[in-house]
Amino acid sequence: MAGVPQIRRIAGTGVPIRGDDIDTDQILPARFMKEVTFDNMGEYAFYDARRDENGERNDHPLNTYTGANIAVVNRNFGCGSSREHAPQGLMRWGMEGIVGESFAEIFRDNCKSLGVPAMTADAETVDRLQTFIEENPEAGIELDVREKTITFDGEVVDAEIDHAMREALLEGTWDTTAVMRSNMDRVRDVANSLPYVEDR
Amino acid sequence: MSNGTLYDKVWDRHTVTTLPNGQDQLFIGLHLIHEVTSPQAFGMLRERDIDVAFPDRTFATTDHIVPTTPEGRERPLKDDQAENMLSALEQNTEEAGITFYGLDTGKQGITHVVAPELGLSQPGMTVVCGDSHTATHGAFGSIGIGIGTTQIRDVLATGCIAADKQKVRRVEVTGELGDGVYAKDVILKIIQDLGVGGGVGHVYEYGGEAIKSLDMEGRLAVCNMSIEGGARAGYINPDETTYEYLKGREFAPEGDAWDEHIEYWESIRSDEDAEYDDVVEVDADGIAPMVSWGINPGQVIEVTDPVPTPEEVPQQDREAAQKAYDHMDVEPGESMQGYDVDVAFLGTCTNGRVSDFREAAKVLEGRSVDDDVWALAVPGSETVRAECEKAGIDEVFREAGFEWRQAGCSMCLAMNDDKLGAGEVCASSSNRNFIGRQGDKAGKTVLMSPAMVAAAAVEGEVVDVREVLN
Repeated sequence: MAGVPQIRRIAGTGVPIRGDDIDTDQILPARFMKEVTFDNMGEYAFYDARRDENGERNDHPLNTYTGANIAVVNRNFGCGSSREHAPQGLMRWGMEGIVGESFAEIFRDNCKSLGVPAMTADAETVDRLQTFIEENPEAGIELDVREKTITFDGEVVDAEIDHAMREALLEGTWDTTAVMRSNMDRVRDVANSLPYVEDR
Repeated sequence: MSNGTLYDKVWDRHTVTTLPNGQDQLFIGLHLIHEVTSPQAFGMLRERDIDVAFPDRTFATTDHIVPTTPEGRERPLKDDQAENMLSALEQNTEEAGITFYGLDTGKQGITHVVAPELGLSQPGMTVVCGDSHTATHGAFGSIGIGIGTTQIRDVLATGCIAADKQKVRRVEVTGELGDGVYAKDVILKIIQDLGVGGGVGHVYEYGGEAIKSLDMEGRLAVCNMSIEGGARAGYINPDETTYEYLKGREFAPEGDAWDEHIEYWESIRSDEDAEYDDVVEVDADGIAPMVSWGINPGQVIEVTDPVPTPEEVPQQDREAAQKAYDHMDVEPGESMQGYDVDVAFLGTCTNGRVSDFREAAKVLEGRSVDDDVWALAVPGSETVRAECEKAGIDEVFREAGFEWRQAGCSMCLAMNDDKLGAGEVCASSSNRNFIGRQGDKAGKTVLMSPAMVAAAAVEGEVVDVREVLN
């Protein structure tokens, strides 16, 4: 479909966000969801975690790795609520791709909706990548969606990406509304075959 | 791969086609919307000049941002942003011809409380909502899936989502529950056993004696917290309990249609010889009431057990445990009983139904809330509130010293005025104890059943409700 870019690889610098089970209430606190658009969400990403008791910016990675576009996270990242505000916030902060040990499912789906590749690697690789970025914050890293690899520190390592997400990104079909709208006749057939849907 | 389970059957009946990326295009039978995650989706539709495809399969109410006092609910709402969200939902639903249960309808409430009690949620449906607790509707034997806003756009525009079929795990819960132990304790026990990430990639089919013996409201509480265990959906096969509950509700089928529906509902039950990707057993026999001691819903214990020491926690969970000890100010090896409580909060999509208030009222009858506790009862819907008031349950709460409020999500996630202050401890019937969830980021949440919340309110500290009742 026109206008939806194909996403083959993301190159740039990284921001390591360490910790397991980082939930969406930490990524985007609920009190900032009272806006009818996602426009300002970038300002609210990790809002509380980025500030000390006096409301001053602390040394949270989002404060120190400004300009980075690849987040590197640990296990079960994005667990909790379904709020798309969480990946929207990170994307609007600057994130274009994310690598982690694992993701909560709704978070991963939301990344796909936004065209943000969410790749996984084993704990040892993720830790090595995080350490590399911490020691070399300016160094370039690259996520290759097609080859399913991560390049850093002169090395190419294997990574995983959900099959459907990979296909959608590579084919530029991650905008599912357009893809699914072309099947509306069949949608109505299915609806009408269900005993609980009134014939239309 | 699973075969012959309810999940397989309902999925197959709703599959439109396989998309080029390998995902299935799944028809959605019931789309629930609320004010926080839908306005952006309606905006996206407008940009593309697309109409809502199935307005009659879409139902809206307002829950996340609504104030819970009569004064607070006067329009325009004092909080401009909240007013803006509510107005946007009113306008969007009106334009699209979507039924909206607003503040003045007597039916407003939390989506996951409203849809079941109106009979909208039924066996064999696919249900989605821009809210992770959509798994709740699985209690009827439907597939309930929480979705993000872009997916809401998909559903509004096409009546479908693009989805991957998950693995099916049978969670066999054995044993009998004693007095003072409820569905909430069962699901917390399941999450304690299987972990907060244990269900990722899976749908949970709950079964076994401890599940079968639950009433519908208990089953709703169990399925509600599937996502806290990492499972995006969780369900229970429909049976007489399900049908009994549905019969006569506003949107339940009647007459001949009822019989036709029963046939469908029976047909989508998991087969006797269904194949599961795996089966796990959870022993709930004689468990004590559960309480959380940490900052995720897997950090829970039976109230009679001590807070685990780092050595008792699996290696990979130790860092999280340390963060929890620090935030909650609890000592490994010590009991949660006696942990000081400042706020008691009863309500939410997990535990905001009539039976929850009735069980809590049994504890409150003839007792009063501790002087140092602020106690808040927030019915899950205006229908629940009306039923409680008809039964005189509200009087028990008021006399005990609870504030009796109107329906909404309230202090579960503190998007309205009901917030936890800095350093305060909340005994809560909600579903998440994440840092900052209930208000101030220095606030502390202790998850428990409604009866346990009532007991904590009376004693001013975490106690075993069975001792209060005896």
